This record gives sequence, structure tokens and C-alpha cells, in this order.
Amino acid sequence: MSDNGYTRPELVCPAGTPAALKTAVDAGADAVYCGLQNATNARNFPGLNFTPAELEQSLAYAHSRQAKLLLAVNTFPPAGQFDLWRDAVDLAAKLNVDAVIVGDIGVADYAAQTYPNLRLHLSVQAGASSPEAIRFYCQAFAVKRVVLPRILTVAEIAELHREVPCEIEAFIFGNIGMMAEGRCSLTNYTTGVSTNMDGVCSPAADVRYEEDEDRTLTTKLGPFVVDRFACGENAGYPTICKGRYRCSSNPSGYYAFEEPVSLNLSALLPDLMRAGVTALKIEGRQRSRAYVKAVVSAFRKAVDDIMAGHEPALANLLALTEGHRETQGAFCSKAWR
Amino acid sequence: MQERASSVTLGPVLFNWQPDTWRDFYFRIADEAPVSAVYIGETICSKRAPLFEPHYEAVAERLSSAGKTVVFSSLSEVVSRLDRKLAEQICTAEKYLVEANDGSALLNLQGRPHHVGSQMNVYNERAAAFLVGKGAKNICLPAEMPASAIAALSQSVQDLNVTIEVQVFGRQSLALSARCYHARAHGRTKDSCRFVCEIDPDGLELRTLDGRPFLAINGVQTLSYEYLNLIHELPMLRNLGVSRFRLSPHSLDMVKVASIFAGVIDERLSTDEAAVHLETLNPAAPYANGFYYGKPGYSWHSREQGQSGQ
Repeated sequence: MSDNGYTRPELVCPAGTPAALKTAVDAGADAVYCGLQNATNARNFPGLNFTPAELEQSLAYAHSRQAKLLLAVNTFPPAGQFDLWRDAVDLAAKLNVDAVIVGDIGVADYAAQTYPNLRLHLSVQAGASSPEAIRFYCQAFAVKRVVLPRILTVAEIAELHREVPCEIEAFIFGNIGMMAEGRCSLTNYTTGVSTNMDGVCSPAADVRYEEDEDRTLTTKLGPFVVDRFACGENAGYPTICKGRYRCSSNPSGYYAFEEPVSLNLSALLPDLMRAGVTALKIEGRQRSRAYVKAVVSAFRKAVDDIMAGHEPALANLLALTEGHRETQGAFCSKAWR
Repeated sequence: MQERASSVTLGPVLFNWQPDTWRDFYFRIADEAPVSAVYIGETICSKRAPLFEPHYEAVAERLSSAGKTVVFSSLSEVVSRLDRKLAEQICTAEKYLVEANDGSALLNLQGRPHHVGSQMNVYNERAAAFLVGKGAKNICLPAEMPASAIAALSQSVQDLNVTIEVQVFGRQSLALSARCYHARAHGRTKDSCRFVCEIDPDGLELRTLDGRPFLAINGVQTLSYEYLNLIHELPMLRNLGVSRFRLSPHSLDMVKVASIFAGVIDERLSTDEAAVHLETLNPAAPYANGFYYGKPGYSWHSREQGQSGQ
């Protein structure tokens, strides 16, 4: 603990590829999280993630620089296909990763029963949003840390911290979905690919950009129009929960769920650290190495500044947020709801 | 393999109906609908719960007197203090059988007989077996599960003391959020909503910017625009080991819907006859069955198309 009452938090950073992992570790990540090249993790995108050999090499690299490696096995195996998830947990145990991030009750049970010494973190995909839900997972599977859904205010996090027997990890930066994680089938409804079972939200193969004669750009997911942009407007990637729709009270169209913004809690960092958050998580396994380097470096410096009693400088992070627009989401005030 | 009697069940009313309408709906279900179990309770919004609480006892009594099993379905998204209080009240009231829709309910229900709802994400054999070990007697599967996974899961629990339930009718829950989208659509927030969701008894329809109907909003919940209809698939679901077939209530004639599904179970109606009857009910949106075939959920497939993978 520092002189000013803060406990040093762990900075948990995204690693979509072995190269990004090195970048994150070199930029000052205390821990990196990554996934295997299949449906066992929630960022199952082409060109992303790790082979077992890459995972082993990356683990050695992280450990040689005192960084931890967390493996996300956080999707939901459909019955009949459990073996793929079992193999992922077996590999994690064999390689001795620092923790496995699980979302499914079956996967958590398998890991807890088979490898009692394997550290388990509860993924945000499990949607444990109350002290009671978190206690259930702690009792059932000896979960050591919970990754909180991005729907709680800082005040609620502080209160929750006092009521749960495990560490708390909170998202501080990156893409923010509007729906409770692990409880959204909008992509499957639209495309036939499931976020929970296949690890994919808004798959690129189903995305269309169509420009008309006025150069208005229409973005689609499957057959459904998600948004439209006039010539010159900054067009976002079509994600259903950030699209514009019409309803009886908004006949000309509105962002029914949320505007295309990114989460940026840099201004709330001291509050989160005081609220008892053990680990600060940066989203973005799908992002470039340059992005990872910029964001991780900035937050590394900010956390160190706060610990040293200095004012952190984080203004430059806005340039990295989606469409250059940011939000504190639910964290600042209940009025977000 | 253990033979299990098949039956139709009625899921909780998801929408904010007028309390008297809500009560009268259940009274009529008690008196007229051929369903074995009825789920009641507010599963979407803790702010709405006090509107219906005065009627719980009378409704539960009328239903059980009519021979229907009453199950209280718990809140799906538990975040605020009010949410937590509501979830705890329901789960610790020992006189009711409760269906758990989130982890906080499981904490209170473990060790005694209970149901597990579709929001609990039971996708596989191991999750099902674990929850059976904690006291689950019935598991309702997630809306998006394809037939192949339904089959594998049902087979795996054949020797356990648990029944498998799937939704076969009504709008499908696609997402939950902490934010109230009904309030947002009217420029309000969850705290200042003034119960604006009461004006949409089947949900608020969202259309795409080119006018295509897409989704339906119900407070913090997002539902399909289309109505799920698995009448053609019902015999196959029975063969797979599913024994309880859930109807999700809408403002159309649910007694008739229940009679049609029960007619197929009792083999009084062929699935083709039943399908024609369901068409004549004129639901507010077309029918869909895509998830069952591993296809986009909004889509409709005939049995032959679905199986050939088109």
C-alpha cells in the first residue's frame, strides 16, 4: 500500500497475438490475458489467438519479465462438444498458466474438480453482478477473482468489495457492449453464429458496407441495417447494440441501446483503486500492437503516478477510443441506466 | 431410458401488464388452459414487482386449486439493492417452488428442490449435472440452443432426476442489460421511467432504418420481433428427451395456444393441423424457428429445409 492509502492494482492487458503479448508485457502489463485459436474464448476471430506452442513460449516470455498470463476459456460449450473446452483447461493446467478465466458452470466444475490448484477467475461472461451471485461461484468452484460486469457504479463496486470473499477485476478501457455479457444472442439471432457458443460478436463475414449514389454508407449485419452514415461521417463497425433503429416514439431513428462510444474510466482510476479493485482490465484482444502499446503505457504511467501521489495525465487516450468518443458508462452514475 | 410424461407449461409474463389484466389472465389460465405448470413472478424489473405482489397469493391459489404446479420465477438481472432484496425474498420463501434465473438465486436455493431458468445458461451436460447435484429438478434451456445440443444434453440427464424444458412459443429473450431501453426510448432513465413500459403489452417494436421489423424491447430485456413457434418440431423434441414445452405469454389468446400445443402432445391434432390453427391466431409478428436448426434466430425453416441445412 502507498502512503496515500492506495493498494497497487494489477494492470491486466489484452494479448490477441504472441506479438501483442510481448508488446503489452514490455509496456508494463502486470498480467496479460489471451485465448486459444478456437471457440473456447470470447474473441474467436480469424488471425487472432494462440496455438498451444505459442502459448507455451508466451508464458515463458511473460514469466521471464514477472508478468502473469491468464487464459480465457470463457465461452459456453454446447452439449456434445465439451471436449474442446476440456482440452483447453487441461492445456492450461499442464503449462501452469497463472489463472484460467471461466464463464460456464460446466467448465468451472471440470477445472475445479480436476485441478484443485489451478487458479480460477470468473469471467464477465458469467454475469455475476451481485455479491450473492459471486459468493455462489466462490463456494462452488473456489473462484479467486471475479471480473465484474460493466454495469456497476463505482459506489456499488466499493460496497460489493466488502461483501465478497474474492478479488475484484474491473474493466477500465476499451470497447463496451451494452448487453450483459454472456446473456446476449443478438449476433446469433441475426447471423446464426453464437457469441456464447462460438465466441464471436458481429462476425466480419456477415458485415456489409453499402454505398448509394449520394455516398451515404449503410452498414449491415446479416440482412439487417445497423446504421447509416452521410458522406464524410465516421462510420462505425456494425454492432447491433450500437446501431440506430426506429420505434413509435422515435420514428426517424435513434441509438436504441447506446451510441458508438468506448469505455474510458481513466478519470475514475483513483476512485476504483480506493473501491478495492485488485485488477484493472483493458479490453481489446482484437486491437493492433500500436494500440496495445499506447494504451498499456499510458495506464502503466497513470497507475504509477497515482501510487506516487502525482496527478495522472491521460488526456491522450481519447484519440484511441471508438469514433473518438468515450463514456464512463454505468460506472459514474445510475442515470446511465 | 426413463419415459417422462410430456406437458405444456406457461412461462412468466415478461411484460408490464396492468395488474388486474395480469390477475385475470392467470385466473383464466387456471380455469381453462391445459398446462401442467405455470411460472409467475417478475423476472425483468424489480421496480415492477410491487405492482403484482398484491395478486400473487390469489393467483397462486387459483392455479394450484386447478391442479397446476406453481413456480415462482426469479429476477434475471440482479444488480441494485432493490433487485437483491426481491431475489432474496422469493428464494427464501419456503412455501414456493422457485425457478432460478441468476447466480444469486442459486446461492439461496442450493440444497433444496428448485428449477433452473433459461437465463442461467445451461448449455452442456456438465453444467446440467452440477446443478442437478445442487437440487435442480427442471432445467429450461437457453433460447439459442440448436437441436444437436438439446439432444446431447437431454440424453446425458436421462438417468438423473431432472426434466428438460424448452420454450416453443412466443418472443425469445435475446439480451439483458442494466439499462432500461423502454425508458431510453422515451427520453427517461430507469429511475425516472414512470413505468412507460406498460403501454406495450407485447414489447416495443424496433425497426431498422430501412423499415424492417427487427427486435422488441421490454424494459432491460431485448426480445426477438418474431414469435418462436416450434409446433412442427415438437414431436422431434419429445424424441430427443424434452418433456416440458414452454409457452411465453402474449396478449393474444394463450388458452387457445395452450390447447393447440396440448392437442399435438395428446395426438388429437397433427402438427400440420396445429400449425394452421396457430396461423389463425394472428400474432403481432411472423413465426420463426431458426435457432433450433442452428440458423439465424429470426428465420423460418420447414423441417425438410432445416434438416438438409439450407
